[in-house]
Amino acid sequence: MQQSLRHLQLYDKARIVGISASGELGRRIRDMGLVTGTEIEIVGRAPLKDPVAVRLRGFTLTLRNNEADHITVEKLESTT
Amino acid sequence: MNKHYLAFAGNPNAGKTTLFNTITGAHQHVGNYPGITVDRKEGTTILDDNRIDIVDLPGCYSLTAYTQEELVARQVLVEERPDLVVNVVDATKLERHLYLTIQFLELGVPVMLALNMMDDVRSKGIQINIEQLQKDLGCPAVGTVARTGAGKEELLRTAVNFAAKRNGAWQPLTISYGPDVDPVLECLSDMLEEAQLLQDKYPSRWIALKYIEGDDSIIEQGRTLAPELSRRMEARIQTLREHCLKTLNTFPEALIADYRYGFITALLKKSIVVTQPHSARLDLTDKIDQVLTHRLAGPALMLALLYTMFHITFTLGEYPMELTHSFFALLADGVTAILPEGLLQSLIVSGVIDGVGGVLGFVPLIMIMFIIIAFLEDSGYMARMAYMLDKVFRSFGLHGSSVMPFIISGGIAGGCAVPGVMAARTLRSPKEKLATILTAPFMPCGAKIPVFLLLIGAFFSEHRAAMMFSITLGAWVMALLVARILRSTIIRGESTPFVMELPPYRLPTLQGVLIHMWERTWEYIKKAGTVVLAISVIIWAAMTFPGLDAEQEEQFTSERLHLEQSLSSATTRAQQEQIHTALVDLEHTHSLAALKHSAAGRLGQMLEPLTSLAGFNWRTNIALIGGVAAKEVIVSTLGTAYSLGETDVDDSSSLMARIQKDPDWNRATAISAIIFVLLYAPCFVTIVVMARESSWGWAMFALIFNTTLAFLLACVAYQGALLVL
Repeated sequence: MQQSLRHLQLYDKARIVGISASGELGRRIRDMGLVTGTEIEIVGRAPLKDPVAVRLRGFTLTLRNNEADHITVEKLESTT
Repeated sequence: MNKHYLAFAGNPNAGKTTLFNTITGAHQHVGNYPGITVDRKEGTTILDDNRIDIVDLPGCYSLTAYTQEELVARQVLVEERPDLVVNVVDATKLERHLYLTIQFLELGVPVMLALNMMDDVRSKGIQINIEQLQKDLGCPAVGTVARTGAGKEELLRTAVNFAAKRNGAWQPLTISYGPDVDPVLECLSDMLEEAQLLQDKYPSRWIALKYIEGDDSIIEQGRTLAPELSRRMEARIQTLREHCLKTLNTFPEALIADYRYGFITALLKKSIVVTQPHSARLDLTDKIDQVLTHRLAGPALMLALLYTMFHITFTLGEYPMELTHSFFALLADGVTAILPEGLLQSLIVSGVIDGVGGVLGFVPLIMIMFIIIAFLEDSGYMARMAYMLDKVFRSFGLHGSSVMPFIISGGIAGGCAVPGVMAARTLRSPKEKLATILTAPFMPCGAKIPVFLLLIGAFFSEHRAAMMFSITLGAWVMALLVARILRSTIIRGESTPFVMELPPYRLPTLQGVLIHMWERTWEYIKKAGTVVLAISVIIWAAMTFPGLDAEQEEQFTSERLHLEQSLSSATTRAQQEQIHTALVDLEHTHSLAALKHSAAGRLGQMLEPLTSLAGFNWRTNIALIGGVAAKEVIVSTLGTAYSLGETDVDDSSSLMARIQKDPDWNRATAISAIIFVLLYAPCFVTIVVMARESSWGWAMFALIFNTTLAFLLACVAYQGALLVL
């Protein structure tokens, strides 16, 4: 099922299937390694639920929810 | 001796600066790239008979031109053509760090890799086949551990050999970007080569790539040098763009990134073996984060930490600050004793020594503050603070990282805007940084507090705590509201993307923290020292000239002589004391007359009709004008203006009694004055630092805007209070 990264729950794993951001935001997202096909895991949310912390390629980065909206993901079955 | 020029480059958090510090040690200095506030760090080291000059480029994730850091890094590579780029990468995160490496290779500059954090690589169970990696990338790679210095000699040796072998030649790497982009790249390159556009600076395929990626700086250059060609290229790219959107539902620049990562993934498959999958265990950082960014414990611990940090800074800073003050007081006394009374003495004591002392008095504070900031930053906690607070600050157009400047400036009453504004350096988003710098000086800094204590003591002595609390709260409300207003008017614009790395927690190195502290302190002394000295002398002149005319002076002198004569002839103790009091009074009247006669005094009187709207008489005006130099001056000048002599900031009881009795002062005036002092022009040291961190234009804007805003609010409060009270 495809959904926006915003709607993933803590510790959900997913694969990126599309990124709709262009311009500076798009570039920043790509520079940090968020490209189609990348597997990600939600590892935390800030105390006010926003931003979200995402683990990918062996490191952690943070995204605001309105930035996460531009990223479409496909949820992977939890391996736990 | 052979000379080599290396550039250290890499992502933030790769350990680049730590490596730079271990290699160059004390042989480094910090400058500035012209026109912007990005540091230029350079250092030197010797290896056998090689002199190696190193420039530590600002950390960046990419070689596009969206941020100042990236633009600077690119400019150095292209304009200065270093012999070799040493690309420092975190070897545990090669997949992402090589993204920048690939861009260096595409540009063609001679590059080698410093595979840093090899100790972590081993402990994480990762095996890197360095031989294979070197072969695939076509550049040397050396494993290092920057924190211990392991591998640094091998790194330098390899660098020197490779630089000599390449002899500065650029050899661009060609990557395939797939059937859609590749033909366009070819076509654009041909057009560029035919027109000989920018061929002396960049490889043509690279320019074509930047055009497709929408790089403003390159497109700008192209448009200026060859408008017609540029137009044709942009039209070709537009077609590609439409094609990509229609057939693949993506942008060409996204395709480019996909292929780059694809290239890296393929490359790493051959050279990296993970024997122990990372996800199999929770590492230390994750465990710490479960506590430090916990939904409830996180914010609580952060508040406790901020408070402790603040407390440490100002209690620890108090002793050296007092020592500096005593030293300058002693110096002033010494000079007063040596030099004859008169203008020269007054200039040196009140102009020069007070000015320089005022600047240097902040030094201990700045040193402690930056030790703590460097510690928080290098340890990785600063990023977590921004992460936790971002939601709050973003709604005011600021950034999670704005919290530090606010707190230090006096967000907990008693801070100081000078290190506060300097702390805004950690913000990497230009608009949010500017809004933070402009609003941080609203906070109740340590020098405003004596003014508040004086007024609260005189008019609200029964509500001391409540008043101080309201003042601090009011400052936060004003700072955030004004930030919001600025961000939706003159600093309007989309918020900078927050996409930010949460680096693993690390224990900062002592060397790194000390170097960071010293850089900031020295920068402050150099910059603030010179400008503030000049301004201090100007303010001294404004409060001294024009002096009283000869007739008035003579009158004071004769009166004093008369009193002194009667003092020597006085017989009883009571008589002596009475005359002594008269003498002191005379001296105070004299200072008052001189002050009233000076440029500042005249300005204060001239403004009285206007300032009476806010309830300020000319005496208050003079004190407030003096307060632009330093807020500490307000209380002492008010003392002079009420002919009480210079009043000690720490003991203002006589002044308190005096203004209580003054018909010009009442509760409404006190409220109005508190608001005005809280919000009006930052002191000159702060203005200089603000200019340094933004521009003189913005610093002057703060001076005028804050004063106007403060005055308007003071008027409203005064008129309102008159009605209510």
